[in-house]
Amino acid sequence: MTKVRTQYNRRSFIKISAAAGGGMLIGFSWLTGCTSDPKIEKVEIPNEWYEINGYIKIGDTGLVTIYSPNPEIGQNVRTSMPMIVAEELDVDWKNVVVEQAPLNTGFYQNQFAGGSLSIRLSWNALRMAGATGRRMLLEAAAKEWEISISDLIVAQGVIKEKNGERTITYGEIASKAVDIEVPEEIELKEISEFNLIGTSKKNVDGYKIVTGKPLYGLDFKRDGMQLAVIQHPPAFGMKVKNFNEEEIKGMDGIKDAFIIDTTIEDPDWNDEKGFLQLIAIVGDSTWQLMKAKRAINANWETVSELENSEMHLKKLEDAFASGTVGANRKDGDPDAAFDKASKIIERTYSSPFLPHNTMEPMNFFANVTDNSAELIGPTQMPEPTEKSVSKLLNIPLENITVNMTRMGGGFGRRLYVHYALEAAAISKKIGAPVKLIYTREDDMSQGTYRPAYQSRYKAGLDENNNLVAFSVRGTGLPEGSVFPNRFPAGTIDNYLAESIGVETNVTTGAWRAPRSHFTAGAEQSFLDEVAEAAGKDPIDFRLELFDRAINNPVGEKHDYEAERYAGVLKLVKEKSNWGETKQGVYRGVAAYFCHSSYVAEVVDIVLLNGQPKIKKVWCAVDCGIVVNKDAAENMIQGGVIDGIGHAMYSQLTFNNGAVNEMNFDRYQLIRHSQAPEDIEVFFVKNDIAPTGLGEPGLPPAVGALANALYQATGQRLTRQPFANHIKEKVLLG
Amino acid sequence: MPTYTLKINGKSHTVEADSDTPLLWILRDHIELLGTKYGCGIGQCGACTVHVNGNASRSCSLLVSQLQGMEITTIEGLSEEGDHPVQKAWIEHDVPQCGYCQSGQIMSAAVLLKNNPNPSDKDIDAAMNGNICRCGTYVRIKQAIKTASKL
Repeated sequence: MTKVRTQYNRRSFIKISAAAGGGMLIGFSWLTGCTSDPKIEKVEIPNEWYEINGYIKIGDTGLVTIYSPNPEIGQNVRTSMPMIVAEELDVDWKNVVVEQAPLNTGFYQNQFAGGSLSIRLSWNALRMAGATGRRMLLEAAAKEWEISISDLIVAQGVIKEKNGERTITYGEIASKAVDIEVPEEIELKEISEFNLIGTSKKNVDGYKIVTGKPLYGLDFKRDGMQLAVIQHPPAFGMKVKNFNEEEIKGMDGIKDAFIIDTTIEDPDWNDEKGFLQLIAIVGDSTWQLMKAKRAINANWETVSELENSEMHLKKLEDAFASGTVGANRKDGDPDAAFDKASKIIERTYSSPFLPHNTMEPMNFFANVTDNSAELIGPTQMPEPTEKSVSKLLNIPLENITVNMTRMGGGFGRRLYVHYALEAAAISKKIGAPVKLIYTREDDMSQGTYRPAYQSRYKAGLDENNNLVAFSVRGTGLPEGSVFPNRFPAGTIDNYLAESIGVETNVTTGAWRAPRSHFTAGAEQSFLDEVAEAAGKDPIDFRLELFDRAINNPVGEKHDYEAERYAGVLKLVKEKSNWGETKQGVYRGVAAYFCHSSYVAEVVDIVLLNGQPKIKKVWCAVDCGIVVNKDAAENMIQGGVIDGIGHAMYSQLTFNNGAVNEMNFDRYQLIRHSQAPEDIEVFFVKNDIAPTGLGEPGLPPAVGALANALYQATGQRLTRQPFANHIKEKVLLG
Repeated sequence: MPTYTLKINGKSHTVEADSDTPLLWILRDHIELLGTKYGCGIGQCGACTVHVNGNASRSCSLLVSQLQGMEITTIEGLSEEGDHPVQKAWIEHDVPQCGYCQSGQIMSAAVLLKNNPNPSDKDIDAAMNGNICRCGTYVRIKQAIKTASKL
């Protein structure tokens, strides 16, 4: 056991208990059993519940409710966060049910889903919440039996006397535990004592998902609720002037139509920067609203330049010469070293804008009254939603509630809160509760896109094929994709990294593993080419660089731990039998560090009728302690497919400010037949507190794919989407 | 507005709706069967897949006026207890991430297995290619279909 001081006092627990007890009955049951199999005998529903602390409520039958604080976007925190609490509480997982906690930033810290941070930031808080509960239950039992707490042991929710016959369950003692003072110091388990963390527990929502129960924002209903759709201008750089309001209002099933304005003072990074004035149509049938949307005849005015994809490419090219350098790093004298180098390798890599395309389009419920607002829906950022709605409506924060539904995907898209503000503006205008629904076309063409990037890499080798000079210069709309202090910084004497931003009026933002997904693809395929030019095996070549970072690092600092980076490469080398050659199988490798985690991947490709087919992907992952093993593997597998799919097939292009790809007929997402046949995941075992998992699996897949495609086709693919640039004759040859 | 009588999950439902209303919105707005999901509205993503006379069909692309007398089954009607072999296999493999597309995936897989109890990888790809999973659970879906074929 490790003794730690708790972060809480009694007051904060009471505060959250009150919030958790009320205000959560929002239309459908949030209670989710932790077993997905309905046939497993469950503990009876309690008659009385006892709030132990803001994370734990225990029923008189022994059923335990654990509140999951963070938004669920498919990263499975609704299972893994309660697992951490249950581990330290020491309760049988079968007796646990999970509820989504309400937004309460005074109590729960970091109630958001982004940056692969949920588990990483809440690891200690969740452990302490469980351990505090266990301690209070033990104290209550000790008091009841008039013995010392040190004479008690507990396992799976049953407290036993060490030297006696008496036992009592959590359910039996819970009513007395609520009166125990919250301890100021508690004991956490040793990592070696974990018996729940590190096992595989099924998704607590699994049964509801496979039986089609309403879980998502789009499924939310409230009596008297209206439905609404919006129409944004057809192009970035345009603004609505007016529209055929009376004609729309006269259509079947349409109750109202008007223009909303969601401009707020001091917008934050996750507030809308593009379309602030929108046409809104209100009715009670989704289909009739969609028909009314098609009947809109609006006058739009052009307020800034209407951009197109050719212009974007040129802007990025031009910025290499004329752009302003932002983040940068320089070690040694790169110019002189390149002059002296005996071999120079140079490549430019590029990738297009990408929409997130969560399968559940943007939507939100809002019920705004004169001095209150209730918001319910899919958001990765409930707290900023609350703040921005408060600014928009000029209603104090304490009169605004935000509740989180399960989300049909996030990928960064729901870090941006505008669609909740739009719902609030519509509800305010009509004076009734409303659910705003985006069509797929709205969702794809009013995005907060992954920026478009171009990066130029240059490497210099000396006569002994040592890497003596390296530079990367990255331009992007609106930011370059360069991490100056990441690998290979620290491994090369003469090193230059420069990030250059270029202005655009296309709205952009975080997209799963921001910048890392592009950088990993570019850098890792460039290093593959450099290794080849140096006549070295690509894994050995990287390991040599890591040796340099370990033994004699260049510069003051770098962002990664070279031993762990090398560790995942060695693990994937071993697991994939790297070096073994198979007729007709082409291999590529890549490794990347982001979100504090290390992932190396090997991709095997075969050619079927001249088309590349991915047979297998091996992944070696160091993300510290793994909480829910099988679910963690699922996240990595999903990241690999996400990375491969977008690098291979997806792009969003523009013409006169308008998006050309509005739906899945023109926009390509990876499908079943294009996915790898198998993906095997291996975790490095260590006792390091958990680091990121949702994002780090994606970036190396892009590089490993490009490198395997090179082996298969002889082409270095530098422009995404790769499928558009693989030369047909190469494949057929 | 005209009225239509539809047979959904073995029960008869009478709805009043425009004749061009897609089945998807009849299910979601009129009958409150919310397991069938809206993804694209143009039959490209498969999130809205239901069974019509035993065939996997995109409910966003079928009009209410064309469906009288047909047997419609949604995810809610696939099994009484949520224990159709495909549903059981989905849980065994813990397939879902966000879960939004999965009812459509399950409905497509159920028809595939009914028509072809032992599908090859190629058969699975062909039958499932119309169902997009943005989270990338394709490998697990394939494994779950193979498991379901043995249940």
